[in-house]
Amino acid sequence: MSERAPTGDRRTGRWARVRAALRTPSAPGGAQGAAAGRVPAPLVRAEQLVKTHRGEGTAPVHAVRGVDLTVEPGEFVAVTGPSGAGKSTLLHLVGGLQRPDSGGLWLDGERVDAYGEARWALLRRRRIGIVFQFFNLVSNLTVADNVELPALLAGVPAGDARASRAELLAELGLEGRERSMPGELSGGEQQRVALARALVNHPALLLADEPAGSLDSKGTREVLRLLGRFHERGQTILMVTHDARTASAADRVISFFDGQVADDAPLGGSRREGRRGVSGVLELKE
Amino acid sequence: MRLPLLALLTRGPAHGYELKQDLEKLLGAAYPQPNIGQVYVTLGRLEKSGLIDGVDVEQSGRPNKRTYRLTDAGREAVLAWFEQTADEPRVRDEFFMKLALAPESGLADPIALINRQRRQYLNTMRELSRLAASEDRDNKVSQLLIEGAMLHLQADLDWLERCQEELE
Repeated sequence: MSERAPTGDRRTGRWARVRAALRTPSAPGGAQGAAAGRVPAPLVRAEQLVKTHRGEGTAPVHAVRGVDLTVEPGEFVAVTGPSGAGKSTLLHLVGGLQRPDSGGLWLDGERVDAYGEARWALLRRRRIGIVFQFFNLVSNLTVADNVELPALLAGVPAGDARASRAELLAELGLEGRERSMPGELSGGEQQRVALARALVNHPALLLADEPAGSLDSKGTREVLRLLGRFHERGQTILMVTHDARTASAADRVISFFDGQVADDAPLGGSRREGRRGVSGVLELKE
Repeated sequence: MRLPLLALLTRGPAHGYELKQDLEKLLGAAYPQPNIGQVYVTLGRLEKSGLIDGVDVEQSGRPNKRTYRLTDAGREAVLAWFEQTADEPRVRDEFFMKLALAPESGLADPIALINRQRRQYLNTMRELSRLAASEDRDNKVSQLLIEGAMLHLQADLDWLERCQEELE
């Protein structure tokens, strides 16, 4: 994708500058920037994040209780834990869908925890893509329009938006589905459209909230394979899942219990504690 | 390996190396390769117990190879094998004992045990995912073997989660 002027938000001069400064790490493969000598800020840094849900007439739920979290550019991090542990709330805080009660949040070195809705909307348009468990596609727009919409909202010229959309849909195995309505697609296909929509503006950070939570095993495999492929090209991903199989697609797994980080483990290292490893669990005993 | 070899011989006579190859082809690369020595030893024992008959076949320029065929008793054994249901998998006994005894001994923190065990399971799960991706998609038996291992591991991880919820 070529560099282009963000015509839509040109009047917010400060943001244009911020975006210009951010464009390099936002490009696909941006993680390579780290190898070029510059020490990049973490893409996500959270310090002592707290969020309590207060419903009327119900006891307050301490969903996130003082969480520190760092995600480096190019990492694929899964947050896993039982339902109700607060992991979705954590993801929503990082994506600005909810605001913390206290604590600090930095995206690519920029402090964002006090931002209001308008600024968060801009961040999500340009720098954060999100996929949800239930796809959240616009049901009365075609697949093509669903994917192009965020690009057009970000001020990308229509021709470029179309080109990006075509490229992504081909990449995701959805060629020929452009004119379909979301309701005509399988769950797995809808999630792939949602993935295309989330990635169309080349966000530095992809957030995924139970991306395989409502898919069958075939759809799950497909979506995980695609997340893995985008990650290999440098896409930073923060994913929340209750499912260990899904979590194992990541290269770092954070176990979340009762609003706090219980463990933070890199996967796939050379050090293996298991005596038997993978062949041990596959061996059929008589 | 006794009964899998007998079951393969229901198709007709075969020699040891053929059986090893057939087993590999059927189960796919994911399954740990049977050791040829182990195959020969097992065939020898099966012959001794009358479940198979061996015949030496002469080969020009090479040592004789021994071809085996199933006896009636062998066929009965295979039928009985298919009749039986298999035992349930058991909970991870050794880890369970550690978890039960950690607070008694005061030498280990149960939560630390759980976290360490989870790391190992997650790493194995990751290796299984990669194996499933690299293994032939069309080998259903092999894919099901890997998927079975993943589902068992998933259950163990869910159980660790329950342990952590209760003990935290």
